[in-house]
Amino acid sequence: MHAPRSQNYLNATVGIRSWLLTTDHKRIALLYFAGITFFFLIGGIAATLIRLELITPQPDLGSPDFYNRLFTMHGIIMVWFFLIPSIPTTMGNFMIPLMIGARDLAFPRLNLLSWYLYIAGGLITIAALLLGGVDTGWTFYEPYSTFYATGYLILAVFGIFVAGFSSILTGLNFIVTVHKLRAPGMTWYRLPVFVWSTYATSLILVLATPVLAMTLLMLLAERVLHVGIFSPQLGGDPLLFQHMFWFYSHPAVYIMILPSMGVISEVVPCFSGKPLFGYYFVVWCSIAIAAIGFLVWGHHMFVAGMSLYASLAFSFLSYLVAVPSAIKVFNWVATMHEGWIRFDAPMLYAFGFIGLFTIGGLTGLMLAALAVDVHVTDTYFVVAHFHYIMVGGAVMGFFAGLHYWWPKISGRLYPDYWARFAAILAFFGFNLTFFPQFILGYLGMPRRYQSYPPEFQIWNVLSSAGASILAVGYALPLFYLAWSILKGPRASADPWGATGLEWTTSSPPPTENFPKIPTVIRPPYQYDQGVPCVQSKDG
Amino acid sequence: MHGFPWWPPTASAYATRVNFLFSSLLIIAALTVGLVIFLLAFFATKYRHGSNAVRHQPTKKTWRWEVGWTTASLLIFVGLAVWGGELYVHLYNPPPNAMQIFIVGKQWMWKAQHPGGQREIDELHVPVDEDVRLVMASQDVIHSFFVPALRIKQDVVPGRYETMWFRADKVGRYHLFCAEYCGTDHAHMGGWIYVMSPRDFADWLQAQGGQQTLAAQGERLFRSYGCSGCHEPGGTVRAPSLEGVFGGPVPLSDGSVVTADEHYIRDSILNPQAQVAAGYQPVMPTFAGQISEDDLAKLVAYIESIGPKRSGAR
Amino acid sequence: MAEETLGFQYSTLQQERETVTLGMWAFLATEVLFFGALIAAYFSYRIWFGAEFIAAAKMTKVALGTANTAVLLTSSACMAMAVTTHEAGSRRAPVLWLTATALLGLSFVVIKGTEWFLEYQEHLVPALNFDLARHGGVAEIFFIFYFCATGLHALHLLIGICLVCWLAFAIGTGRLKPGSTTRLIGLYWHFVDIVWIFLFPLIYLAGRNG
Repeated sequence: MHAPRSQNYLNATVGIRSWLLTTDHKRIALLYFAGITFFFLIGGIAATLIRLELITPQPDLGSPDFYNRLFTMHGIIMVWFFLIPSIPTTMGNFMIPLMIGARDLAFPRLNLLSWYLYIAGGLITIAALLLGGVDTGWTFYEPYSTFYATGYLILAVFGIFVAGFSSILTGLNFIVTVHKLRAPGMTWYRLPVFVWSTYATSLILVLATPVLAMTLLMLLAERVLHVGIFSPQLGGDPLLFQHMFWFYSHPAVYIMILPSMGVISEVVPCFSGKPLFGYYFVVWCSIAIAAIGFLVWGHHMFVAGMSLYASLAFSFLSYLVAVPSAIKVFNWVATMHEGWIRFDAPMLYAFGFIGLFTIGGLTGLMLAALAVDVHVTDTYFVVAHFHYIMVGGAVMGFFAGLHYWWPKISGRLYPDYWARFAAILAFFGFNLTFFPQFILGYLGMPRRYQSYPPEFQIWNVLSSAGASILAVGYALPLFYLAWSILKGPRASADPWGATGLEWTTSSPPPTENFPKIPTVIRPPYQYDQGVPCVQSKDG
Repeated sequence: MHGFPWWPPTASAYATRVNFLFSSLLIIAALTVGLVIFLLAFFATKYRHGSNAVRHQPTKKTWRWEVGWTTASLLIFVGLAVWGGELYVHLYNPPPNAMQIFIVGKQWMWKAQHPGGQREIDELHVPVDEDVRLVMASQDVIHSFFVPALRIKQDVVPGRYETMWFRADKVGRYHLFCAEYCGTDHAHMGGWIYVMSPRDFADWLQAQGGQQTLAAQGERLFRSYGCSGCHEPGGTVRAPSLEGVFGGPVPLSDGSVVTADEHYIRDSILNPQAQVAAGYQPVMPTFAGQISEDDLAKLVAYIESIGPKRSGAR
Repeated sequence: MAEETLGFQYSTLQQERETVTLGMWAFLATEVLFFGALIAAYFSYRIWFGAEFIAAAKMTKVALGTANTAVLLTSSACMAMAVTTHEAGSRRAPVLWLTATALLGLSFVVIKGTEWFLEYQEHLVPALNFDLARHGGVAEIFFIFYFCATGLHALHLLIGICLVCWLAFAIGTGRLKPGSTTRLIGLYWHFVDIVWIFLFPLIYLAGRNG
C-alpha cells in the first residue's frame, strides 16, 4: 500500500493559473523546459529537411530560396531559442537556489517575466517562419540583409530582440542570487562548479546581449527606414556590422558551452566517487573563458577584409582562450583516476562530452591557425567544428544534466537500459553525421549550398545517414522519460550518491526547497573512499 | 563514380605549405584526442566500481599537474599561433609585377577582366608558374572568391577593393566557389579556374579576339567621363596631374601621406571629399553611382599604366 | 517608521536591500553595454570620416543641447535631494523634489522635441526628408546616429519620468515607506543623466573647440 504522497512543488497547487502565474523557480524551469523542447523539435525538423536535401547534389526538396530559408531558421531557432536558454533556464533555474541553499532566486517575478519574454520572442519568430521565413543566414550579414533579402526579416529580428531581454534578465537574476542568497557557510569556494559556470555564463549574458540588442536595432533601422549605417552606398561599412554582431555572437558560444561544462563538473565527481580534481583551477578557468571570450570575435572575420595586424592579434587570442578549456578537460580526466567509476546514463553522456568537446575544441585550434582558416572558413569544416562543440558538447551536456537531475526534478527513476542505449546511439549517430563534414570542408565544399559538385556526394550521404541515427538517439528520451513520470519507480533524495545541497532535500523538492535552510560545513565533492559526504550539517 | 575523395587538388607551393600546416595540426590534434580517449578508457576500465585496483587518498597537491599541463598547453598553442600566422603573412606580400586581373562579383556570377582586355564570366584562365594578383570588387552584396585547390579565399566587400595573389604551379582545372552567402543562387555562383601552360595561355588570350587592353579602354573612359578635363594640362580646373602618381606617396590636405594604390584611386573617384590632395581645393565631383565596377577597373588600370610602378602592397 | 515586508526568499531586510541594489547596478551595467555599442559604432565613423562627420555635427543646435544638459544635471540634483529627504523620514519634501525632477525631465523632452522639429524643418531627418544631395551620405550617417542616440535616451528618460511620478504618488499617499525603492529609482535617473553627459560632447561639441 502506498504511503500518502508528500507535498512537493509539483502537486502543491493545481490548475493552469498556478503554473502560468507561478514564481517558483522550479515550476518556471519546467515551463522553460517545455519551451526549449518545442523549439528543439522545430530546429530539428529543419535539420532533418536539410540533411534529406543534401543526400543528392541536386535540389530535391524545393527551390534554392526554400533551402536558404530552411538553414536560416535552423540557425536562428537552435542558437537563440534552444542552445542559449537550454541549460541556464532549465537546470540553472531549478538547481541554483537548491545548490546554494536558498528558497528561490533573488527576483522570482522577474524570472517569470523572463519566461514570458522568451515565449513572446519565440512566437514572433515562429510567426516569421510560418509566414514564409527569412533567407539571410542566422548571421544577417549586411548589406544583403537590409537591401537584398526577401522574407520576414523585421519580424524574425524583432523576435530575437525580444528574446534577448529574457537572456539579460535571467543572467541578472542569477548573478544577484549567487552573490546575495547563499546559505550560511556557503562561501564562494564551497559553491559547486555548476554554480560558478552558471555565474560565468550570466556575466556574458548580461554584458554581451545588450550589444546584440543594439546591433539588431541598427539593422532594423536600416531595413525599416531604408537608411544605411552599414551600407556602402552612403559610405557606411559592412564590416562594422560584422564586428558588432560577432562581438556578441562569439561570447554567445561560451554562453552555450559553459553551462554544459558545469554539468560535466557535477557528473564526473559523482560517478567517480571522488572530489573534482583541481577545483580552484576549474572554477577560475570558467571565469577566464568568459573574460577572454570577449576578445576573440575577429576570428570569424579572417577573410572578411580586416587588417593583417588585427588578424594576427585575434588568432593569438583565440589560441589563448583554448587554454582554460584544455585545463578543464585534463581536470575531468584526472578526476577519474583512482575513482570508483560507474556507467549510469549521465556518466555515459559525460564521457561522450569529453571526447567530442576535445575533438571540437582542437578543430577550433586548427581554425585559429590563420593560413588554415583562409582555406576552411565558410566551408563545412566550420560547420563540423561548431556542431562538435554545440551538439557533441553542449547538447550532450544538456542530456547529461537532464539524466542526472531527472530524479530530483520529477521524483522518478527512468529505465537505465534505455537511457544508456540512447546515449550510445546518439554518440555514434553524432560522429557519423559530423565527422564526414570535416573532410567535406577541407575538400572545399562551401556552407549554405543546396547544390554541390557530385564528387562530394559520398560524404554527404554518410552524414545524412548519421543524422537519422542521431535523431533516434534524441527521440528516445522523450519516450522513456515520459514513461518514468507515469510508471517509473519513485526516487529517493539522493539516488546517485552525490554531495551537493540539492540532494539533501526530497525528490521532488517541496516548494520552499528546504524545510530548514541548511548550514554548509564543507566544500563540494567530498568523498570518503567513494562514499559521499554531504555539504551541509544535518538540518 | 567518384569514390571517396579525401583531399583537394594542390595547385601551388603555398597550398603545399598549407597542407603541411594542416596535416601537422591534424596529427597534434589526433594525438591529443587519442591521449584523452585512451586515458578515459583506461581509467574507466581499471577504476570501474567494483574493481580491486589500488585507490589512494585523493591528493591535495593538484597544483603540480595544473601548472604542468597549463604550461604545456600554453607553449604548444602559442607556437602554433606563430606558425599559422607566419604563413598567412605570405598572403599579404604579393610580389611586385604580378599579372593583375580585375574581378567583379555580383549576384550571381564572377566577371574577370584581363590586362589585355579579355573578359570572362565564371571562369578564370591563368598561366602556370606566374604570379597573379586579383583586384576584386562587388557590385552588390558581400561575396567570397574561393579556390580550394589554391587554398585561398577572400571576401569581396561592396564599397572597396579587396586583393589576393597566388602562383599556381600545376596545370589543370580547379573549382571556383562563392563562399559567402549572397542570396538565391549562392550555390551556383562559381565556375572554374584554368591553369594553363604558357603556350596554351598565350593561345587562349589570342583566341579571345582583338580588343583593346584594359588600360587603353580606361584611357577612353578617362576622356568620356570628363576626367581629362581637369586632370590633364590645359584643363579648366586646377587638379593634380595623374602621370607617375600610381604607386607613389600622395600628401593630403590634413597633413597625412597615403600611397596611391588601387584603393586610393577608387576612393578618389567615388568619394573625392574624403581624402583631398594637399594644395588643392576639394572641388572634384563624386562619380558614385555613375561608374560601374567594370569601368572603374579600366580607369584604375589606365592610371596604373601611366604611373612609374605598381605598389604591390596589399 | 514601519518596515517593508520581507520577501520570502530573504532572511533579513538588510539582505533584501543589498540584493535589489545589486540588481539595479547589474541592470545599469547592461545599459552601459547597450549605449556603449552605439557609441563605439559612432566612434568608428568619427575616426574614419573625421572632417565630414564633424561638419555634420556642427549642424546640431548646441545652445539647446547645452540648455538640456543644465536641465538634466539640475534634475539629478533634485533627485538626490528626494532620496536624501525620503531616507531622513520626511514625506512632503521628497514629493516636492520628485515633482521638480519630473518637471525638469519633461522640460528636457520638450527642448529635445523642439530640436527635432527644427531639424525636420532643415531637412536633416534621415528616412523622412534628409537632403542627401546637399549634405551627403556621411552627414546622413551622422544624423542616423544622432536620432538613434537621442531617441533611445529620450525613451529611457520617459520611462524615468513615469517611475518618478509613480514614486511621488506612492510616497505622497503613504503607500511607500522609506526603503531601497527610492534609492533605486534615483540610481536609474542618475544613469540616464550620465548617458547624456557622454552623448552631449560627442554629438554637440565635436569640432567646436575652435
